[in-house]
Amino acid sequence: MIVAERKPIDEIVRMTMSHDRILVLGCRGCVSVCSAGGEREVEILASLLRLGRRKEGKPVTVVEATLVRQCDREYIDGIDKWDGQYDAILSMACGVGVNFIANLRPTDMVYPAVNTSFFGGSAEQGVWSEQCAGCGNCILHLTGGLCPVARCAKSLMNGPCGGSQGGRCEIHPEVPCIWQAIHDRLERTGRKEQLLAISPIRDWSSAGHGGPRKIVRDDLTV
Amino acid sequence: MSDFTPNIQAFCCHYTSQQTCVEGKAGLQADGFPATVTLNRAVCTGKLQVSSLLKAFEDGADGVYVVGCPEDKCHNLMGSQRAAKRVAAIKKALAELGVEPERIEMFHLERGFHPELVAVAREMDKRIRALGPSPLKGESK
Repeated sequence: MIVAERKPIDEIVRMTMSHDRILVLGCRGCVSVCSAGGEREVEILASLLRLGRRKEGKPVTVVEATLVRQCDREYIDGIDKWDGQYDAILSMACGVGVNFIANLRPTDMVYPAVNTSFFGGSAEQGVWSEQCAGCGNCILHLTGGLCPVARCAKSLMNGPCGGSQGGRCEIHPEVPCIWQAIHDRLERTGRKEQLLAISPIRDWSSAGHGGPRKIVRDDLTV
Repeated sequence: MSDFTPNIQAFCCHYTSQQTCVEGKAGLQADGFPATVTLNRAVCTGKLQVSSLLKAFEDGADGVYVVGCPEDKCHNLMGSQRAAKRVAAIKKALAELGVEPERIEMFHLERGFHPELVAVAREMDKRIRALGPSPLKGESK
């Protein structure tokens, strides 16, 4: 899922200070699963926003709502039902949701309430870790299912750097060296010889370095 | 400031607030429980949501505190630990808003009858009187 976390409330209060009626808009997709922007978080943010604005002597009217998703046109169209009730939308979705609102509602002011952080999973309750970089050219079949692009601090493609110590990363000692983990996993599954293959210099053009990426599926377009 | 009478909302679990049921408001006040503190009973502090505690501030509280079981002896195993984490999250948000985090507090007390229930209420009363009215009420602007 896309993992996000709410921005500091003072930053949110400042960025929306010029608006008197704010639609705090949650998303039931990824940000709901990672407890950053679902219905419960909308309720909390709305309360904090009212308190923060009252403290600044500029009370605000907050409308609370949550869409099924903010990354599909048909759900964004559902914002119509709050027309006339807000001056600005404060989206608790990931950056995709904020962009979709900006794309599809040309005259609406929209602000991000969360920092969109990474593609990850929940390692344990309340803890999320990055697992995928969305680089557009997956090599997980060569690395035992463990991603060196996302999980190696240097995104190395041909084994660990010289700084890996005791199976830990030299940059973040609390993180396992993913190349050690790749080695151990391939050895455990009898595929260690895969590590002898040299990965050539990588073409990063699929990773967004060449501008926004797009997928067109002719079998689905209408 | 001297005529400031704080509005303090206390959220106690069923087990730590048994004394209140037996003694009633008058009995508690006879024990020295401050009249500025309003007790709100919950089945378990783990049931308290962040939004419920924030609503107390929205409704005009100058201070809020939660009383749950000892961390390692919660009747519902982890309820009071969860409450403590939620209180900590609100402390962080208050600090971000430039408001004293001490306006909200978590206490872990033994269940049943004990003087500590009165002591923490008096501590909060003293603390909030010293801090003055909550800036979250917007009365200073």
